[in-house]
Amino acid sequence: MSGRGDGRGDGKVGGGGVELLVVGASWGGLVALQRLFRSFKRPLPYAVALVQHRGRDSGDALVEALASACVMPVVEVEDKAPLAAGQIYLAPADYHVLVGVGEFALSTDDPVSFSRPSIDVLFESAADAYGARCAGLVLTGANQDGVRGLGRIKRFGGPTLAQDPGEAESPILPGAAIASGVVDRVLALDDLAVALYGLGRA
Amino acid sequence: MPSPPSEPPRPFESEAFCLGRGETVELPFEKVALSAPNEETRLEWLEMSLLFEGVYRHYGVDFRAYSPTILLRRLRRRMEAEGVPTISALQDRVFRDPQCLGRLVDDLTINATSMFRDPSFFLAFREQVVPVLRTYPFLRVWHAGCATGEEVYSLAILLTEEGLYDRTRLYATDVNESVLRRAREGIYPLTKMREYTVNYQQAGGQRAFSDYYTARYDAALFDPQLGRHVVFARHNLVTDGGFSEFHVIFCRNVLIYFGRPLKERVVGLFYDSLARGGLLALGRRESLRFTSHESRFEPFVASERVYRKVSL
Repeated sequence: MSGRGDGRGDGKVGGGGVELLVVGASWGGLVALQRLFRSFKRPLPYAVALVQHRGRDSGDALVEALASACVMPVVEVEDKAPLAAGQIYLAPADYHVLVGVGEFALSTDDPVSFSRPSIDVLFESAADAYGARCAGLVLTGANQDGVRGLGRIKRFGGPTLAQDPGEAESPILPGAAIASGVVDRVLALDDLAVALYGLGRA
Repeated sequence: MPSPPSEPPRPFESEAFCLGRGETVELPFEKVALSAPNEETRLEWLEMSLLFEGVYRHYGVDFRAYSPTILLRRLRRRMEAEGVPTISALQDRVFRDPQCLGRLVDDLTINATSMFRDPSFFLAFREQVVPVLRTYPFLRVWHAGCATGEEVYSLAILLTEEGLYDRTRLYATDVNESVLRRAREGIYPLTKMREYTVNYQQAGGQRAFSDYYTARYDAALFDPQLGRHVVFARHNLVTDGGFSEFHVIFCRNVLIYFGRPLKERVVGLFYDSLARGGLLALGRRESLRFTSHESRFEPFVASERVYRKVSL
């Protein structure tokens, strides 16, 4: 568990609590995300940005499947859209999503770990922009995209969580994150909601 | 390699800088540096703003209004390739080695593109935009930020098949000379042709895609006839103004690399460069929302981000 100091901006978990949660999922992610989202009974008190690995031709089906499972609005990120608490922002097909100060940026740069959108790209930019006020969560996934980015969040003092690899459809992503020593808490999907509401508190 | 400007650049002003047309644009770095979450990132943003200020003063190449978030990511990639640990160390090399500047400029200005990228866009263009274009006796199209030209040739193919190409003049511009050279050649890796063929078919292509290129070794050379109405020219959206009046402006996935104030300015330039009822085509996840120009355009094909100029 990372420290819970008050020093905003000094590398400890901030006095104002988390302002942004970034989530990464790959193989098996849709089912896991739907299950997680169904366990939210009210909106989270911060913005959520999400990369689910997806093909470049995947259309609106993913955002619709996620929105139907969630009390929070789920939208695909548009360039320079502002971040708002209580919203879930899904990375669109064939773009990387980056987080700047209070707004998103998109890029069509080369795939990272064969992926565009890439979890690492989102996580690293979020850590740079939000520091300890950014939390990271990795779910089921069949490659290691996301481990490096989660490490940056951890290094800047943001809380880091992983789905229990024992229940993940593909344990490679959460397992690799845990093995790298960058995960504060390992939780089952059904226990994540409580932990995530807790992150928003000062 | 960019040469130094003939006149010395104007002195740096912390809030804003002057552009070629006497306008000012707010610099995004300031805001970013102020809200840096910790010492490490604060220092990095400072180094980045010093680097680009220096590159502007020393070489006259201006990235100061680009998106800081994306610049940082691309800088880190360049640092890794150069084997330098900090932005300051990269700055040292960039200042003393113009070839290193060239590599950095390429990293920051070359945007990936492909033929018939987003087939649904080109299909919508064929089905919904082409009927409008048929009503014009002569067509002027501006492809702003054409990079290596894949979308230019895609459009030339589409307009050829729709019987419109002979009354079209396509102005394809980019800030980077080296990509323009490649665009003029129209030679692309043969390994890409399978993907492009699928895109072409999904975009409503009517022929065999291989009719348009000649395979030679590992390269596909596109029919030079496709370039006969294309003018490739250097144009910098950061500093240059308009140069004609157009019926269609393509600027797909270019404005995403600019900071918000620069995007504002460039969309204004597009508005001024469009004929009455002219069309602006952006990338699939770009929009005019979050800009002050939203009400000056109306969606024409909303799902594919094609907008029509509203004449007030």
